[in-house]
Amino acid sequence: MRLSGRGIRCVRGGREVFSGLDFEACSGEALAVIGANGSGKTSLLRMIAGLLAPTEGSISLEGGEPELTLSEQAHYLGHRDALKPALSVIENLAFWRDFLGGEASDAKESLSSVGLEHAAFLPAGYLSAGQRRRLSIARLLTIRRSIWLLDEPINALDVAGQSMFATLMDVHLARGGLIVAATHGSLGITARELPVAAFS
Amino acid sequence: MTALGALIGRDLKIALRVGGGALIGVLFFLTVVVLMPFAVGPDLALLTRLGPAILWLGALLASLLTLDRLFTADHDDGSLDLIVMGRTTLELACAAKALAHWLASGLPLVIATPVLGLLLNLDATSTSAVALTLLAGTPALTFIGMIGAALAVTLHRGGLLLAVLVLPLSIPVLIFGVAASEAAITGLSFGPPFSILCALSLISFVIGPFAAAASLRHGLD
Repeated sequence: MRLSGRGIRCVRGGREVFSGLDFEACSGEALAVIGANGSGKTSLLRMIAGLLAPTEGSISLEGGEPELTLSEQAHYLGHRDALKPALSVIENLAFWRDFLGGEASDAKESLSSVGLEHAAFLPAGYLSAGQRRRLSIARLLTIRRSIWLLDEPINALDVAGQSMFATLMDVHLARGGLIVAATHGSLGITARELPVAAFS
Repeated sequence: MTALGALIGRDLKIALRVGGGALIGVLFFLTVVVLMPFAVGPDLALLTRLGPAILWLGALLASLLTLDRLFTADHDDGSLDLIVMGRTTLELACAAKALAHWLASGLPLVIATPVLGLLLNLDATSTSAVALTLLAGTPALTFIGMIGAALAVTLHRGGLLLAVLVLPLSIPVLIFGVAASEAAITGLSFGPPFSILCALSLISFVIGPFAAAASLRHGLD
């Protein structure tokens, strides 16, 4: 499996954010997108996720599942964590498992791998920022998708959480997964750096 | 199918729990209809004549009240991104969301109608005629309103705009809904206006999801 982008240009609100961006990542590889605030890291991730169309250039995936589009094989973990405060932790997770479909593992098991098993029946509205992030990570574990697009994934995680997530990412990569993560700090895994910046 | 069932189940659960919008619509409907006799005065004949129109207007405004959160809630917390990325066609997902919205806030209006009919001096036949037309017509209000709700996502804070966009589009539903109820009460032929009302609902089932999905796809940023 090979994810690649050629000559990507991003224009947001009439202003060019970046242009001429090329990247490539293969199975088992992690790409760390780095750059200053506003340099277009999130935009790039959303373009790969299919949520934003590149102004120029193209993004393609070779060797994935032939009947699914790139965005249907990807997980997107954004700033907003797609949790409903009125639903309990386990209900939130079960909904995404049923809605996103495909190969899925036990929701309880992924909750215990992110250290949230004690809060399974608590409404998600009572979770702290770090716990919400852990619940989003549990979503990545429950539903099996080979490409992970992570936007500042370790924000709000404590030290133990960061190392827990690094282990989970390593497991994902070892299974032949692929990670593209926007980050300011260290992800805790070996990742190739992809600097994003305006050329002009 | 599992995916659509899950989406409907989730939206219903959220609507029926504390802070959900399901009861707000019915309470608003109740308030509007209860206020009418005070505004119009104790003229029973006049109330009977205005009854169907008041019930229909109340239902239209009540269904608008909760529509603006249909997609904005999912947009604000990032769920919409994941719904778009899912393996379910966005059109079907939109239709499922609208169906859940109708079950949570449209159907209660139909159920409340017989009680409210008493306040407007409507007899059993008239009340059931209005309830039947509301049952056939409120889905159209939801599915047409869904287009406005999807546009409101794109335009940020479009709650009021939603009303301006949706109300003109709901005029045909209102006309034929009231016409069918009046026909049943006055003994005119109930069939033709009621058939047109059903047709409007069926058309909205087709157009609504496609228009809403197109608007959502276009409006993601």
